[in-house]
Amino acid sequence: MTRKVAIEIDGQRIEVEQGANLLQVARDNGIDIPGLCYHPRVSVSGACRLCVVRIAGRPSLVPACTAEVVNGMEVIAFDEELDSMRRMLIDLLLSEHNCDCMTCESAGNCELQDLAYRYGLDNRTRRFIAREKVLPNPDLSSPVLNYDPSKCILCGRCVRACDEIQGKGVLSYAYRGLETVVVAGLGEWETSECDGCGECVQLCPTSAILEKLPLRPPRSWEVKKIQTTCSYCGVGCQIEMWVKDNEVVKVRGAEVIPNYGSTCIKGRFGHTYLTKDDRLTTPLVRKNGTLEPATWDEAMAVIKERLLKIKDGHGPDTLAGLASAKCTNEENYLFQKFMRASVGTNNVDHCARLCHASTVAGLAAAFGSGAMTNSIAELEYAKCILVTGSNTTETHPVIASLIKRAVRYNGAKLIVVDPRRIDLVKYAAVWLRQKNGTDVAWMNGMMNVILSEGLADESFIRERTEGFDELKKVVEQYTPEKVEEITTIPAEKLREAARIYATAETSSLVYSMGITQHITGTDNVLSTANLAMITGNIGKASTGVNPLRGQNNVQGACDLGALPNVYSGYQKVADPAVQEKFEQAWGAKLSPKAGLTVVEIMNAAAEGKVKGLIIMGENPMVSDPNLNHVEEALKNLDFLVVSDIFLSETARLADVVLPAASFAETEGTFTNTERRVLLLRKVINAPGEAVPDWQIICKFAEAFGYQMHYENAAQIMDEIARLTPIYGGIHHARLVPDGLQWPCPSDDHPGTVYLHKEKFSRGLGRFHPVDFIPPAELPDEEYPFILSTGRILFHYHTGTMSRRAEALNAFVNEGYAEIHPNDAARLGLKDEGRVKVRTRRGEIETKVKATEKVAEGSVFVPFHFVEAAANRLTNDALDPKAKIPELKVAACQIEKA
Amino acid sequence: MVEKRTSQLAELIEPYAGRPQELIQVLREIQEELGYLPKEAQEEVAQTLGVPLSRVYGVITFYHFFRTSPVGQHTIRLCLGTACYVRGAAQVLQTLQEELGINPGETTVDYKFSLERVACFGCCALSPVMVVDNTVHSRVTPAKAREILSTYQGS
Repeated sequence: MTRKVAIEIDGQRIEVEQGANLLQVARDNGIDIPGLCYHPRVSVSGACRLCVVRIAGRPSLVPACTAEVVNGMEVIAFDEELDSMRRMLIDLLLSEHNCDCMTCESAGNCELQDLAYRYGLDNRTRRFIAREKVLPNPDLSSPVLNYDPSKCILCGRCVRACDEIQGKGVLSYAYRGLETVVVAGLGEWETSECDGCGECVQLCPTSAILEKLPLRPPRSWEVKKIQTTCSYCGVGCQIEMWVKDNEVVKVRGAEVIPNYGSTCIKGRFGHTYLTKDDRLTTPLVRKNGTLEPATWDEAMAVIKERLLKIKDGHGPDTLAGLASAKCTNEENYLFQKFMRASVGTNNVDHCARLCHASTVAGLAAAFGSGAMTNSIAELEYAKCILVTGSNTTETHPVIASLIKRAVRYNGAKLIVVDPRRIDLVKYAAVWLRQKNGTDVAWMNGMMNVILSEGLADESFIRERTEGFDELKKVVEQYTPEKVEEITTIPAEKLREAARIYATAETSSLVYSMGITQHITGTDNVLSTANLAMITGNIGKASTGVNPLRGQNNVQGACDLGALPNVYSGYQKVADPAVQEKFEQAWGAKLSPKAGLTVVEIMNAAAEGKVKGLIIMGENPMVSDPNLNHVEEALKNLDFLVVSDIFLSETARLADVVLPAASFAETEGTFTNTERRVLLLRKVINAPGEAVPDWQIICKFAEAFGYQMHYENAAQIMDEIARLTPIYGGIHHARLVPDGLQWPCPSDDHPGTVYLHKEKFSRGLGRFHPVDFIPPAELPDEEYPFILSTGRILFHYHTGTMSRRAEALNAFVNEGYAEIHPNDAARLGLKDEGRVKVRTRRGEIETKVKATEKVAEGSVFVPFHFVEAAANRLTNDALDPKAKIPELKVAACQIEKA
Repeated sequence: MVEKRTSQLAELIEPYAGRPQELIQVLREIQEELGYLPKEAQEEVAQTLGVPLSRVYGVITFYHFFRTSPVGQHTIRLCLGTACYVRGAAQVLQTLQEELGINPGETTVDYKFSLERVACFGCCALSPVMVVDNTVHSRVTPAKAREILSTYQGS
C-alpha cells in the first residue's frame, strides 16, 4: 500500500504518495520547475540539471527529477541562486544549439525556446555566445523522420523512448564530447532496425527529430489540433491530428488512454492517403459496361429500381449486405437496421467473419461474452503472458510494447506459441513451435500437465464453472508425449510452459487469428477458455482470455449487430421477445431466421440465390478466401453496389459505386479491442460529393420507403443505447476523455474494466471438451508445403489505405513469400528472386524472402498485396460453428518463377 | 576467405553469448585478431551478446582505440602532445598528410600505411616523436619524415 505524506514546496503544502517523483509532483501542483531531460514516460537520467532544487537537510542541490518524495520534505524550488544557475545552464545549451528559431519548424512547439523566452536569454543578455562552427550533417536517410544534431540538446529522451517505451533500442549516443550525437543502428537511420513508430519524434523537446514533411509545413500556432481515434487497428490509439486548410499536416500521439502518446508507423505516418487524387468524389454508375460519374440522384434512382426489382421479384432473402469493421458503430448499427427493417433480411455480415467469428461464438459459449475479457493496460502487470497466434509486434504494435515492458520491467514470463519465429520470441521464457493447425492438441496437453501435476485451481473450478468432468476425460488422453507426436512440441517444453502459466500469480492469454482462422477456430477458442478457467485465470485483473481484434472497429461492428444472427448487443434474432422489441422500436416486421455469413453469401451469389449485394467499405476481392471463387460470385450478381473511399478491387466490379467519407471526415465512435467505445471526430471535410456512410444508409432507406432521419451520429448512439443493454449508458457526451468500456448498462455506470469478476456473463463458466481435428488440407506429395497468411506492420488489410501512404510504401511496397533458407536452397530459389506459389485454388508469383522466421516446409505470404494476393491461394473450408474460413493453413507447392 | 573470417568471428564471439556487459572486451579481442571491426563483426556482436546495434556503434565511436576500417601494413603514430607540438609536430603531420594523401585515422588506398595521431608517448625528450609499427623515430622534421617513409617503400 502506498502511504500519503505531506511535503512543502516553496511554502505550498502538498499531500502526495510517498516515493512519488518530486519534479512530477511539483508540476502536477502548478509549480513549473524547468527541465528538459525528464519525461514521465521514461526513466530518469538527471542529465540536464535544470530542475535542481534545495531540499532541507541535504548538503547540496538535488535535481528534483531524481528525488523521491518522503514525509516532511521541505523544498525550495525557486530562489535567486537557483534561477541564476538555471539561466546559466540554458545559456550553455543555447551556445551549442543551432538557434535558428525564425526558420525552425518547431518554433512555438519547442521546450528549449520556451525556456530561453522564460529566462529572457536574448542575444544581448546571453553570456556564452555561440562560437563559429560548422554544423554537423543531419541524418535524412529515414523515410519518415529527420535527425538534425545541430538542434539536439542530448537530453536522451529519444534514446530512452525507443529503448524503454518501445523496447526497440534502435537509438544510442555515439562519439563523445562536443561531437556527441544520437545515432540509429550503425550510424544511419535508413539501414538501422528502425520501424518508423516515431516515439522519438513524440518525445523530442526541440526540433532535433522531426517528421519528414514537405518543406516548411505550417507551425504549431497555425494548425488546429484535433484528437480522434486511429483507424489502423483494434488498439484504438488516440491521435492528435494537426490540420490546416482542410489538410492533415501531421499526426502526434495523444497522451491519453489507451496508448499514452505511442503509435505505430501507420498511425503516425500512414494517413497521407486521405488527400490522394484518386479518392472517389462523385457517385459512379455503370453505363455500357463502364463506370461513369453520375449525380447522387441518378445513382440512387438506379439503386432503388434495381434493388427493389430483386426484392419484389425474388424476395428479401435474395439481397444481402456487407457492413464494415472500418466504419463507425453508428454506421454499422444503421446498416443492419436498414437490412433488417427496410430490406427485410438478416443477410448481413462483415469481415469479422474472416477474423474473429470463432471468438464471438467460442467465448460466448464458454463465458457468455465474445470479447477481450480484460483491458490493454492490465497486460503490463501480468506475471505471465501467453501469446499464441498473434504476431503482436506487427499487428498490434502498441500492445506489443506493453508486453515487452511487462517482461522487462515487471518480471513477467512470456510464453509464445507460434509456428513462426515472431519478434516476441526474443522476449519469451519459452517458445513452443507447433505444427500449423494443431492448437487444440497443445492446449489439451497443457491442461493434461496442469491436472496431472495438481496445478489446477480447484476452488475456482468448483465454484465458478460447469462441465469439468467431461473436459477432464478428454484432456486425460493428451499426454505431453502424445501431443509431441501431433504438434512436434517437445514434451518437456510443453510441461515447462504449462507450469509457468498455471503457477504465475496472474496469467493473461492473448491470441489472434492464428487461433481463430481454422476449421477448428471455435474449438481453439474454447480451448483457450478451458485453459484460463482450469487455472482460475479469469475474472481478475491482468488475467483473462484476450483476443486482439484486427480492425479498428471489428469489435464495434459485431457489437452493433452487423452479424446475421443477432441484433445490436448480441440479442438473438431468433428470440421472439427480442424480435418484438426491435419490431416496435423500428416499426417494421422482422425476420426470425438467421441470415447468411460472408462466405455463404459468396457461395449463394455464385449459385444465383443471392442476386443483389450492398457492400459498405469492404473489399472481399482481396480479403476473402479463394478469390477466384469470390470473383465468379460477384460477377454473377444481378446488382452490386459498393460505397468506399477509393475504387477498390471490389468496387471495380460494382454496378453503382458511392463516394464515402473517410474516418477523418466523419464523426461517431469506434469500439477498440478492449471494448472501449472511443470518440471519432470530424477532422477535415470529405472531398467532392463524398458523404459519411451513415448518411448513405439513410439514402438507401429512403429509396426503400423506410424513414431514417438523424441529425448527427450522437443521436444514432442514443438510439443504440435505448435498444442495447451492454451499450445502455453510452452517449457521445460521456466519452470524453477516456471513452467507456462495455458493458455499460446505465447512464451512471462507469463501464467495465474486466469481465466476469464475480460471475460469468452466462452465470457459470462452461468447459467444452474438444478433440483435436487436423486442418482441412494437409501437405501431400503434390502440394508438399504448408501455407499460412497474415499481416505485416507496414500495411493494413487490403491495402486500400496503407498502400497509398508513401511512408509505408517506403518500407514495404510489394508482396513476398517467406521461405526457409534450406527449402530455398533445395529448390534453387534465391533470396529476393521470384517464386510461384500454387494451391489447388490458385497461383501467385511473388518475391522470395529466405528467412528462418518460418519453419522448414512452411511458407508465409502477407495478404495485403493484390498483385500477389494470398487469398487466391487460401482455402475457403469453414469452421462448422462460426463459419470462419481456414485462412491459416493450406497445402501449397512452390517453384522458381 | 569470407567463410573463414565468419567462423573465426563466431569462435571469438560465442563465449560471450548473452553477456552484454562484456561488449568492450569482445570488441577488443576482435580488433586484435582482425586489426579493425568490420560491419559484420559489429552486427554479429550485437546479435550474440543481445545488445542493440546502436550501442555497439556508440561504444566503438566513443573510444578512439576502436577502428572500423582495416589498418595498413604499417601504422604511423605521430605525437602531437605539448612538447612535440612546440617542436614542430604540426608541420610533420602536414607533410605526412601530403605525402600519404590521407588524414589521421585513415589508411592509404593501397593499404600500405595507416596514420594516427597520439597525445603523448611519454618520451618528450625525443620530441617530435613518430612511431612506425614498433620503431621509434626521434627529432623528426618534415624532411626526416619523408626519408623515413621512403625506407618503407617497396617493403
